[in-house]
Amino acid sequence: MRLLHILHNWRKRNRARLREYKLMFTALTRSPTAIAGLVLSMSFIILGIVGPYIAPYNPIEIDFEKMHELRLQPPSWEHPFGTDEFGRDLFSRVLCGARISLMVAIVVLSIAIPLGIVLGLIAGYFGGVVDEVIMRVTDVFLSFPGLILAIAFSAAFGASIWSAMAAIALVWWPPYVRVVRGQVLQIKESLFVEAAKALGLNPLKIMFRHILPNALTPVIVLATLDFGSVILVAAALSFIGLGAQPPTPEWGRLVADGRAYFPEKWWYVFFPGLAIFLTALGWNLLGDALRDVLDPRYRRRLEFKERRGR
Amino acid sequence: MGELKYYLIRRLLTFIPTIIGVTLLTFLIARVIPANPAVLWAGGIKAKPEVVQLLIKKYHLDKPPHIQYFYYLKDIFTGHWGISPVTHRPVIADIATYFPATAELALFSLFVTIFIGIPLGVISALKKDTWIDHVVRIIAISGASMPVFWLGIILQWIFYYSLGLLPATGRGIPPRITYTGLYLLDSLLCGDFEAFRSNLQHIILPGFTLAYPCIGLVARITRSSVLDVLSADFIDYARIRGLKPSFVFRHVFRNASIPIITILGLLFGSLLCGAVITETVFSWPGLGTYTVAAISNIDYPAIMGVTLIIGLVYVTVNLIVDILYAIIDPRIRL
Repeated sequence: MRLLHILHNWRKRNRARLREYKLMFTALTRSPTAIAGLVLSMSFIILGIVGPYIAPYNPIEIDFEKMHELRLQPPSWEHPFGTDEFGRDLFSRVLCGARISLMVAIVVLSIAIPLGIVLGLIAGYFGGVVDEVIMRVTDVFLSFPGLILAIAFSAAFGASIWSAMAAIALVWWPPYVRVVRGQVLQIKESLFVEAAKALGLNPLKIMFRHILPNALTPVIVLATLDFGSVILVAAALSFIGLGAQPPTPEWGRLVADGRAYFPEKWWYVFFPGLAIFLTALGWNLLGDALRDVLDPRYRRRLEFKERRGR
Repeated sequence: MGELKYYLIRRLLTFIPTIIGVTLLTFLIARVIPANPAVLWAGGIKAKPEVVQLLIKKYHLDKPPHIQYFYYLKDIFTGHWGISPVTHRPVIADIATYFPATAELALFSLFVTIFIGIPLGVISALKKDTWIDHVVRIIAISGASMPVFWLGIILQWIFYYSLGLLPATGRGIPPRITYTGLYLLDSLLCGDFEAFRSNLQHIILPGFTLAYPCIGLVARITRSSVLDVLSADFIDYARIRGLKPSFVFRHVFRNASIPIITILGLLFGSLLCGAVITETVFSWPGLGTYTVAAISNIDYPAIMGVTLIIGLVYVTVNLIVDILYAIIDPRIRL
C-alpha cells in the first residue's frame, strides 16, 4: 500500500515529464523507418547477448573428420548461411560475430563518449587557456581522416581486436568534445547557471548536475549514429587485416576470408556483409528518428496535431 | 579586397600550427607508442640486430623525445621518410609511385558525388515529402550504413561476373604520354582515346563504390540548405518582383552552395580513407593497396608514411576549401 502511495505521489510530481516521455514514444512509433530502426538495433543487441547460446553449431572448432564433406556447402536447411572452408556453419559464425561487434561498439563508445564529454565540459565551462589547449589537441586529431589514424594506431599497437578497439576509441572522442563544448557555451549564459554560481555551488556540481543534462540531447543522437559507424570502421579494420584475427568470427574478417572463394561460393561473403549492413542501418535509422523525437519543437507540433485531431 | 587579404594571411598563419600538430601526432605514433621503434622500423621480429643498431643511430632513437622530434621534422622536410624494410626503397619514392592512382580515384569519386548528389538534393528539396524525397533519404541512410568493401564485392558480382559489362580489377592501359599520372586526364591531353575508354571502364566500379556513401550525405546537406534558402525573405521578394523561376533559382543556388562547399573538404578526407578500403577490393594500384600490403608485411615505415601524406593532403585541401569559402561568402572574411 505504502509503495503504491509513493508511486502515486511520484507520478503526480513528475506529470509533465511523464507526458513528455509518452509523447516521445508516440513520436517514435509513428514513423515506419523509426520502428524498423528500433527492431533492427534491438535484435542486434539481443543476438549479441544470446547469440553464442542459440547458435546451432560450434562457431570456432573444426570437425576434422567431416571437414571435407562439409566444406563450402551452399545454404540449406541444416546450414542456412552455408559453410566455410573448414566446414564450419556460417550461420553460427555470423551469430557469434554479433557479440564481437556489440562488444567493440560498447567498449569504444564507453571510452570515447565520457572522455569527449568531460573535455568538452571543461573546455566550454572554464574557457581561456584550458579551452585553447583542449581545442587545439582536438583539432590535431580532427586534421586526419578518422580511419587512417585508426589504421596507424592499430598498426602501432599490433594487430588484435583489442588494439583495434583502443585505436578506434582514440580517434572517436574529438567530435564529442566539439558538440559538448558548443552546447556548454550556450547553456553557460542561462539564468539557472548564474543562479547556481551565485549560490556558491562548486564548479563540478554545476557542470555535471546543471549543465550536462541540458547538453545531452545531441550527444545521444550522435552516439546512436556512431554505434553503427564504429561497427563499420571495426569491420573495415578487420577486413584489411588489422583488428580481429582468425579464428575469431568477426564480420569484416569473414568477408575478407570469403573473398578467396568468390563468386562461386557467394554466401561466404554475402551473409556476413549483409549482417554488417543491416546492423549499421538499424542504428542509423534509429539515430535519424531520435533526432526528431528528442527535439522539443517537433514534439510540440505533434501534440498540437493530436489535440486538433481530437 | 583588403579584408580578403587579411583573412588569407590569418588563415595561412594557422596552417603552421596545424602542420606541427599533424607531424607531432605521427611522430607520437611512429616513435613514442611502440616499445621498440627501431625493431618495428627494421621489419619486426625478423630484424637483424645490426640493422636495428644502424636505425637507432640514423634516426637518433637513443636521444630524448624532443630532440628526436626535431630530427623527425628535419627528415620530413628534406624528404627522408624512411626506407621500407620490404621493398628496400625510400618510402617517399613508393608514395610518389602510388599516389597518382589514389588521387585519380578520389577525384573521380568526388566528381561522381557532386554530379549525382547535388541534383538529387535539389530535387528532393523542391519535391519535399514526395516519393522522390523519400527515395533520396533511403539512399542517404543506406549509404551511411554500407560497408564499402562489401558493396564493392557485390558490384563486381553484378557487373563483372554476371553481366560482364565492366572490368572488376586493376587500372586501364597507361596512355602514351603521362603528365600528371592521372591516366584519365593524361589520355585526354595526349588524345589517346583508346586508353581513355579503357581507363574509364576500369574506374567506374571503384569510383562509384567509393562515392556511394558520400552521395547520400551531399544530397541531404544540399536538400537542407536549399530548403533554408527557399524560406528566406529575399527569395519571396524576388518572386514578388516577378523574376523568372530560372533567375530565382540562381539566387537560391548561390546561397545554398556555401554549406555544400564547406563539407567538400571533409568529404575529400573520407574519400581518401575510403580509397584505402576500396582499392583493396578492386586491386587498384594506389596508396590503399600499398598500405594493406604494408600491414600484412609489417612494413611500419610505409604505414606511417601513408598516414603522414594523407594527413598533409587533408589539411591542405581544407585550407583550399576555407580560402574558396572566403572568396564566395564575404561574411566569412570579417
